[in-house]
Amino acid sequence: MYKYIVKRILIAIPVLIGITIIDYAIMCMAGSPLEMLQGPRVSEAAIEAKKIALGLDQPFYVQYFVWLGQLLHGNMGYSIKSYQPVSEMIASHLGPTLLLMGVSLVVSLLMAVPAGIYSAIHQYKKRDYAVVTLSFLGSSVPSFFLSLLLIYVFTVKLGWLPSGGMTTLGAKSGVADVAQHMVMPVLVLAFSMAGSNIRYIRSAVLEILQQDYLRTARAKGIGRFRVINKHALRNALVPIVTVIGMEIPVLFGGAVIIEQVFSWPGLGLMTMSAITSRDYPVIMGVCLLSAVVVLVANLVTDILYALVDPTIQLN
Amino acid sequence: MREKKKAGSAALRVSESYLETVSRRFRRHRLAMVSLVVLAVLVGAALLAPVIAPYDPDAIVGTFGGAPCREFWLGTDQIGRDVLSRLLYAMRISLLVGVLATLISTAIGVVLGLVAGYFGGIADMVIMRFTDMVMSFPYILLVLVAASIFRPGLWNIILILGFVDWPGIARLVRGNVLSLRETNFVKGNLIAGMPVRHILFSEILPNTVAPILVYATSVLALSMLDEAALSFLGLGVQPPTSSLGNMLNGAQSLTVLTKQPWLWLPPGLLIVVLVMAINFVGDALRDALDPNSR
Repeated sequence: MYKYIVKRILIAIPVLIGITIIDYAIMCMAGSPLEMLQGPRVSEAAIEAKKIALGLDQPFYVQYFVWLGQLLHGNMGYSIKSYQPVSEMIASHLGPTLLLMGVSLVVSLLMAVPAGIYSAIHQYKKRDYAVVTLSFLGSSVPSFFLSLLLIYVFTVKLGWLPSGGMTTLGAKSGVADVAQHMVMPVLVLAFSMAGSNIRYIRSAVLEILQQDYLRTARAKGIGRFRVINKHALRNALVPIVTVIGMEIPVLFGGAVIIEQVFSWPGLGLMTMSAITSRDYPVIMGVCLLSAVVVLVANLVTDILYALVDPTIQLN
Repeated sequence: MREKKKAGSAALRVSESYLETVSRRFRRHRLAMVSLVVLAVLVGAALLAPVIAPYDPDAIVGTFGGAPCREFWLGTDQIGRDVLSRLLYAMRISLLVGVLATLISTAIGVVLGLVAGYFGGIADMVIMRFTDMVMSFPYILLVLVAASIFRPGLWNIILILGFVDWPGIARLVRGNVLSLRETNFVKGNLIAGMPVRHILFSEILPNTVAPILVYATSVLALSMLDEAALSFLGLGVQPPTSSLGNMLNGAQSLTVLTKQPWLWLPPGLLIVVLVMAINFVGDALRDALDPNSR
């Protein structure tokens, strides 16, 4: 067991280093900070001086190691636009995004797990087809279009929910207020994630239902309810762990678009405004952070997977 | 009686060709058959856009933001262009982006997967670690970054989507090659001294086409969704060229969203229908091509 975990971590390390190299290479490709200085009032000599001051006269790999060293000290560079440290900007926007992601993840599991199991138990019945068709709808609707539809119905027509933001301006911000602002973004994120997950859980449960131990349980005559709830569900934990692992990168990507549409003041909105103003240190800071989170999430999933499923061969 | 019938159909099955089996299984999937018809109609309409579009998509022909009427079935947009004509041309662009991006990413994924799976060793390790790295970056974020570095536009979007979406296919092909490499017919070829090129492309690749095809349909659906999202955010296909995504871009303004639903509902619904039809066809293909199901 420990051998497996150590091996998994050893594989992850070169990938992590590779991620930082790709990240840095993209940032260099995007343009050097010197371009911002150029203009009729800046002399060649001043640019040359700035180049040496920034270390840009060094070879690429030296620059990379300098950047990596800074990174390890928590310095992710400075925003070109606001001159704020990138790490500070990320830290101040992280809260709302984590809240949105966490709640969406839970809601999507609450949708996908019962629906997937229900669908598998009623395989090839009308109910099963209805759930599967709905799940296809979930993975086929562009999240921004679903957002627009929801805003049209719940804000414009019914006036029940606010169209964007995290709190009502001027009002005292309470839990209820934030929750009201969260309903639509969470629904959209959760629905689009649940789409593919329902089918994944359905086929995983179908496989479990064909296992010999379930036939044994049924043969013992303990009743359909207990067969499914005691024997099948526990084994369905394995695909659910996988689903959570698969959702992490989707969450990061989805948050960018959803936060933009609902002007949710999180990391995604910050990234979008950095993208439109070509603020590369900020963009690549967010990319690096999310890539590392995804890598760690995959690692944890693999290890959890091995823990949950005792039949997995660890060699 | 029933037994006899079963035996009869089993005998029939032996005689039918692989393609016949696949098409018989495919036709069982009713939603996919409907989807196929829908796709045929929509793709036909997109291809024939220059013939059937009532107006020039870029010409100003009516009032600003006119509601649907007999003259303009889907109304006119903010600067008086016919929405129906723009929609037909937009579908052309969106399908073009989806198909070309899928072809590029499939080609890259297949080549890398074949090399990694067949040669193994260092090549395998380098390619798979690189795949892991690309997969670690959230897909949309990578596309957005690329779109912000290169100037947004039709061909850049196709290239970006094509060059970002290959890791899934590479992994799939590698896995299949690994298991095919151990089969007797490939080993036979090796012993017979066939060139590597022949073994890879004439022996291994044809046997892994089915899963690639299934995967490619989902990539097609995804890249059409991504084109729509990018264009919606203003980083994709640029106006005056219309794409399904950038036609929705206008809905970010409150007047369009609330007062002119004919401007954003049709392109949005069209994306949903197209992507869903592609997904259903892909699902039916998966069932039809699966050698384990009957």
